[in-house]
Amino acid sequence: MSVESLEADHKSPPTGDRPLLRVERLRKHFELTKGILFSRTLGHIKAVDDVSFEIRAGETLGLVGESGCGKTTTSRMILNLETPTDGQVLLEDQPIHGLQGAALRAFRAKVQAVFQDPWSSLDPRMTVCRTIAESLIVNAWGDRASIAERVRELLLQVGLRPEQALQYPHEFSGGQRQRVALAAALASRPKLIVLDEPVSSLDVSIRAQMMNLLKDIQAQDNVAYLLVAHDLATVRHMADQTVVMYLGKIVEQAPTAVLFDDVRHPYTKALFSAVLLARPNREEEEIELAGEVPSPLNLPTGCRFHTRCPYVMPHCSQQEPALREVAPGHTVACHLFDGNGSAGFQPAPARSAGS
Amino acid sequence: MNGETILDVRDLHTHFFLRRGVVKAVDGVNLTLRRGEVLGLVGESGCGKSLTALSLMRLLPKSGARTVRGAVLLHGEDILLRTPAAMREIRGRRISMILQDPQTSLNPVFSIGDQLREAFLRRPRARLAEVMKAAVAALRRVDIAAPEQRVGQYPHQMSGGMKQRVVGAIAISGEPEVLIADEPTTALDATIQLQYLKLLKRLQRQNGMAILFITHDFGVVARMCDRVAVMYAGRIVECGPVRQIFEAPAHPYTRALIASVPKMNGAAGRLTTIEGQPPSLMDLPAGCRFAARCVHAEQRCREAYPGTFQVGEEHTADCWRLDPGVSITGCHPERSEGSSGNGVSVRERSLAALGMTSQR
Amino acid sequence: MTAVERPQADDLPVPVSTRRLWRALLWPGRGATGAPRTSRVPWVPIVIISVIVIMALFAPLLSPYSPIDQTLRDKLLPPAWMDGGSDKYFLGTDAFGRDILSRLIHGARVSLIVALLALTAGGGVGLVIGIVAGYVGGIVDSVLMRLVDAAFTFPAILFALLLAVTMGQGLGTLVIAISLLLWASFARVIRGEVLALRQRDFVALAKVRGCSALRIMLTHILPNVLNTFMVLVTLNIGVVIIAEASLSFLGAGIPPPTPTWGLMISEGRGRIADAWWVALIPGIAITLLVLSVNLFGDWLRDRLDPRLRQL
Repeated sequence: MSVESLEADHKSPPTGDRPLLRVERLRKHFELTKGILFSRTLGHIKAVDDVSFEIRAGETLGLVGESGCGKTTTSRMILNLETPTDGQVLLEDQPIHGLQGAALRAFRAKVQAVFQDPWSSLDPRMTVCRTIAESLIVNAWGDRASIAERVRELLLQVGLRPEQALQYPHEFSGGQRQRVALAAALASRPKLIVLDEPVSSLDVSIRAQMMNLLKDIQAQDNVAYLLVAHDLATVRHMADQTVVMYLGKIVEQAPTAVLFDDVRHPYTKALFSAVLLARPNREEEEIELAGEVPSPLNLPTGCRFHTRCPYVMPHCSQQEPALREVAPGHTVACHLFDGNGSAGFQPAPARSAGS
Repeated sequence: MNGETILDVRDLHTHFFLRRGVVKAVDGVNLTLRRGEVLGLVGESGCGKSLTALSLMRLLPKSGARTVRGAVLLHGEDILLRTPAAMREIRGRRISMILQDPQTSLNPVFSIGDQLREAFLRRPRARLAEVMKAAVAALRRVDIAAPEQRVGQYPHQMSGGMKQRVVGAIAISGEPEVLIADEPTTALDATIQLQYLKLLKRLQRQNGMAILFITHDFGVVARMCDRVAVMYAGRIVECGPVRQIFEAPAHPYTRALIASVPKMNGAAGRLTTIEGQPPSLMDLPAGCRFAARCVHAEQRCREAYPGTFQVGEEHTADCWRLDPGVSITGCHPERSEGSSGNGVSVRERSLAALGMTSQR
Repeated sequence: MTAVERPQADDLPVPVSTRRLWRALLWPGRGATGAPRTSRVPWVPIVIISVIVIMALFAPLLSPYSPIDQTLRDKLLPPAWMDGGSDKYFLGTDAFGRDILSRLIHGARVSLIVALLALTAGGGVGLVIGIVAGYVGGIVDSVLMRLVDAAFTFPAILFALLLAVTMGQGLGTLVIAISLLLWASFARVIRGEVLALRQRDFVALAKVRGCSALRIMLTHILPNVLNTFMVLVTLNIGVVIIAEASLSFLGAGIPPPTPTWGLMISEGRGRIADAWWVALIPGIAITLLVLSVNLFGDWLRDRLDPRLRQL
């Protein structure tokens, strides 16, 4: 990949209506097997089960959910670190799985990642410069001088000093390491960066810096983000669209502003209520969910949330609800909203997060 | 809610002795804990809050960390002077601790029942049959369903939230008066965290325990704590009732910290950040430790460490801008001597000095 | 309400019971307070190792006599400080009148060369197999690990003897035999490290940036297992020396008259009662070398382990 071709890609005319990334009916099932030579299948973990969404160029999609909901597995499939059991992922209308050789490298230059743990994201034996330059080196992007210059640019862009290029990761703090990881992700001028809990391991005051930086870079480089997070407040500050997942399925999806104003799905409501507002004595508004998260090996029948739902109806354990649009751009998978409203059951008024 | 003071920490200093120098991780901490209250200890990583907890329990890592100064008075008795054997008597019985990571808090090769029973067997005159029943009862008390079955299970068969509840059950099995919770919900999901915090609150009310709740999450503080102490670079910089801390934080660090947390309402634009880094604990500045990063810093701030000033009822902060000429030491709930009482409350004057009114 | 002043640090009682004192004396790793005595450079082992290395490097210059010249007239003379000893032969002579000291010095050279070659070959093979098995995983890992298991179950010394018989005695055979002893344990330990490394985020990120498996193994995995590899090497020097000595002792090593320490022990075996120095002196040399190398390896491991680096 020459300097010119990577640049040309970046400067290509905006694709207008077509979304940058399309995820269509993605499924990932893990098989649990026993035995080495003659393996027996013990069960399936349906980590991701029929997930679809789109990301437009330069936008941020927030993927929210608690542990076991499948958001990390989804993000790994988008990064082509896992192959889906079913469904497809399309980047600029090209399927991304099954690519080889030059086509795979081209894809990799366009989709990068920043992971949660700043301590494990950087190779401790490589200088920061070498880590940042990695995607450039792999793609034979240019000679040493031009790569060094690009690394300088990137360090400045993420707010670090270029003199630090030859230092090792252990000489940096957690927040600084995360910036290095971001610089490394930006090197190949990607169109999409998967951010998997990018600020959860950072100190509170450093989080704010990092989030501001991410937004600035998005504005400068027009890069799209897939933000995987468990913290709704972070998602609110960064994401244009929000998708809420539970046990492998999407339960609610909407533009962030819409969602935070009008929460529908009972799980999302509980999630919102569990976000402890930095305001004392708001206990009356809390929804406490009963019971534990079901084991992914033993998923509940029908709606996966029915075992903990405060609004559960008999119907819920029998049939899985489909995603239905309840407002423009706002879809929910819940029997409470089948056929425009209740089935003789009044849900509590939609809780506004701002109150 | 002025209960008696159970735990009184005075001028606690815990230092790490490394080859390169001395790390003053806890450098003059004063706290009081009263019966039945939850005191939050908030700060970012490296501020010394976990080490404060370990110092109170005298569980400091043997390699180089020592409490070099101060007193920890449990009902008036300085437990820092106890022999290790005497300390073991009260650890788990009168003062107990819950740690952050449920994965490592439980021994993976023993069943839950074994680990609970181990806690109960330490009591004097414990008989095996009673201990077995007590273990099941303890699980029921922390809202674990089907405790008779769970008692025989192993930690890996339980979820994080459940493990943390077992840890809680073990911690309160000795009916302690003081419970130190070091970030117990950081590793838990939001909805599980809420369940757990409610459980803790309920247990606390039932037992009349005092809880020292260590966290970096202001949301948790708002939900759980009656009073809050904010820690920075080894010292408490502000301490007061939770409502006051949130509505009218006096110390610039507290204000900046609260401002930098992304909120669920209000503008979703840029967040305010705190420039710079905390000072190295090996090389602390002479004056206020936040001065290098503080927008209000003056010459006085860099020269001498501020005294502790009264901001409101039971609300103190270490900041020169609050100086009306009166100072007390320690985060004590009593009023200071010499408050002026000329119509304008000390609090109003202090807040005015900081350029704030009592409205947020 | 002022804070009560407590006495300074040194006054706070640190109970140093007699138990602790004994422990400090007997247990080299910890001082009296129980805290580990960290990174105290092991000078004595380093000096001993250096002396032996110098002996090996400058053997022809240092040894007073040729190690293979026989002077039957002067056979079985005790060391110089004993009755009947002569100043000509400082450590005495063996049954063929060869100077023990010269043989010791030249033997050092052989032992160290064998150690170096065997460690390079065995360690190198083990390193590669460990990395490949650990990183690639799956069926490759299963097959390679079954090979490792087989290598462990095979009686190594027996196999070495077999090799000596079929391929003839000599340096090459010896090195191959000892390498076969080593590679499996290297492979297993390195594989363990690699399995842990594979979970770290930077490996996944390298993939995301387009690195091939080979590139990842070379540029990311290899440098990060080198620490462990170096420690394994130092800790196995002792094993190799003793293996060489054993094989020479059994007659499967370097053929005489080339002196090796193992061979010297073997030759002196029959005369332990009356000419004990012939066997004991090389025995002491081996003990000193292996002990020093082990202590040094322990210290190196403590130093290279980043968790202890803070202190």
